[in-house]
Amino acid sequence: MSDIKNQVRTYIADNFVMGSNAAKFSDSDSFLDLHIIDSTGFLELITFLEEKFGIQVEDDEMIPENLDSLNSIEAYVGKKLVKV
Amino acid sequence: MAILLHQFLDACVSAKPNHVALVCDKRSYTYAQIGEMSASLAAELQRRGVRRGDRVALFLDNSVELVVGVFAALAAGAVFMPINPLTKADKLAYMLNDSRAVALVTQVTFESVYADALTQNKTVQTCMVVGASKLSDSRIAPYPAPGATAVAALADPGLIDQDLASIIYTSGSTGDPKGVMLTHLNMVSAARSVSTYLGLKTDDVVICVLPLAFDYGLYQLLMSVRLGATLVLERSFTFPVKVLERMVEHRVTVFPGVPTVFSMLMNLGSLSSYELSSLRMMTNTAAALSEEHIRQLRALFPQAQLFSMYGLTECKRVTYLPPDQLDIRPTSVGRGMPNEEVWLVDEDGERLPNGSTGELVIRGSNVMRGYWEKPEETAKRLKPGPIPGEMILHSGDMFRTDDEGWLYFVARKDDIIKSRGEKVSPREVENALYALDGVYEAAVIGVPDELLGQAVKAFVTLKSGFSYSEREVIKHCASRLENFMAPKYVEFVEALPKTDTGKIKKTGLA
Repeated sequence: MSDIKNQVRTYIADNFVMGSNAAKFSDSDSFLDLHIIDSTGFLELITFLEEKFGIQVEDDEMIPENLDSLNSIEAYVGKKLVKV
Repeated sequence: MAILLHQFLDACVSAKPNHVALVCDKRSYTYAQIGEMSASLAAELQRRGVRRGDRVALFLDNSVELVVGVFAALAAGAVFMPINPLTKADKLAYMLNDSRAVALVTQVTFESVYADALTQNKTVQTCMVVGASKLSDSRIAPYPAPGATAVAALADPGLIDQDLASIIYTSGSTGDPKGVMLTHLNMVSAARSVSTYLGLKTDDVVICVLPLAFDYGLYQLLMSVRLGATLVLERSFTFPVKVLERMVEHRVTVFPGVPTVFSMLMNLGSLSSYELSSLRMMTNTAAALSEEHIRQLRALFPQAQLFSMYGLTECKRVTYLPPDQLDIRPTSVGRGMPNEEVWLVDEDGERLPNGSTGELVIRGSNVMRGYWEKPEETAKRLKPGPIPGEMILHSGDMFRTDDEGWLYFVARKDDIIKSRGEKVSPREVENALYALDGVYEAAVIGVPDELLGQAVKAFVTLKSGFSYSEREVIKHCASRLENFMAPKYVEFVEALPKTDTGKIKKTGLA
């Protein structure tokens, strides 16, 4: 059970539940494909990640490979935390 | 010369079959390929019973299937209805029922939405799904593989330019979305006028980050195909870096945006590291850019012309400001486009001289046929014009003119909010709030917001015994409304101000 994933899942469930399928999204589901998070929502998610985990999300790190699923976020934030 | 909208595509298929028409999801499609896919899907729609004038709803993310869906519906003789991919089930059902759509083309990632909507609808005979649907409903059919139905089977529906090409739903102040009816003549005329004043060229590469369900996005496709240019279609501007990479890779020449998109773009510290010298034009509409943003954009992209424009779904575009006027009158939205006449009228409908303030009216082949089955709403907007029998469009927006006739936006006559460039009907949001158990009264207004232009703010009074957090109310709204309509702020108040007749009074709320 990953702590990063749980915290992000809780944040998303609290803030972005859009539509009836959002509650049961899996760790690998794309937030974009399922319209769980929209463009301004991603900006809010990034602010959350920065504050929660004390990281700085650089412009060129704002890409789906880092942010578009719980798995991606876990890998990305994990890598950032190692560097810090 | 194209008489019908889809003849834009036919002309390119004949003249430049091997030119790249579309780049989407890292794949390129030539005009010949898009033409073949569209004709095949059109034949399949006809095979499934779609006839001239029938409505075909397209509920899809920006994708090749959506592009093909537009041209296929038209070639089959049908009227296409692009539906915002953020739409929720009840509103989708409303639009399908209101238009009596016979077919729906959609994608499996929206299954929870269309499945719910279909249970509330009896008109749709075929629901074509991109991806593997798990729904057991006899109306569900897979989106056909390219070439699955022989193109030869496609029958000429016998359209003329007075036939409807599209119905685009728009928010209205009454709360019920209205279907804007656009004929082939309306859309061919608008595409010609806009691409003429922009000076779009056949070798242009246009990037579209706006949903094709939004007419500003849709016309990027239509104009690109009209000219035989190339469209680079992105799903959104959510990941600006990805869009910039695509712009470099395909040497994009035209970038249409809205203020929120330009704002996100200019916030990128790494912007200068992208080689964007091919960019020759940027266009803005939906909401005005601030003078400061205009200045920054021009400094960042000195090689690119910037067009400020103003439009309405009811006639596509109304005005544009030629780039050479930007320094002289930066806050003007310009003047009417080619083959269109615009002027200001007073309360009695009398034409006003330059230097006045009044309601803007529009006369031209681009003006809509009316609102679908809403004669009263239509009569408020389409009123008799100078020539007996003709109708002109009353915009509902107040403008002023300077001495030379250049137009400046003053205010809307209704209370529609513009957030992220999208229209938000306060009534529609209030209706969603009233659907929450325990809400006694609700009032929705727009408040200034740096990124969104205006943010949606709700004032709510609760019945005794009920208690909600701001987030709970926002989530309730987001489950019923397109995301951009959900309030950003909710303030719980003891009571709302009232007029003498007991109606909620919004002046003074902030």
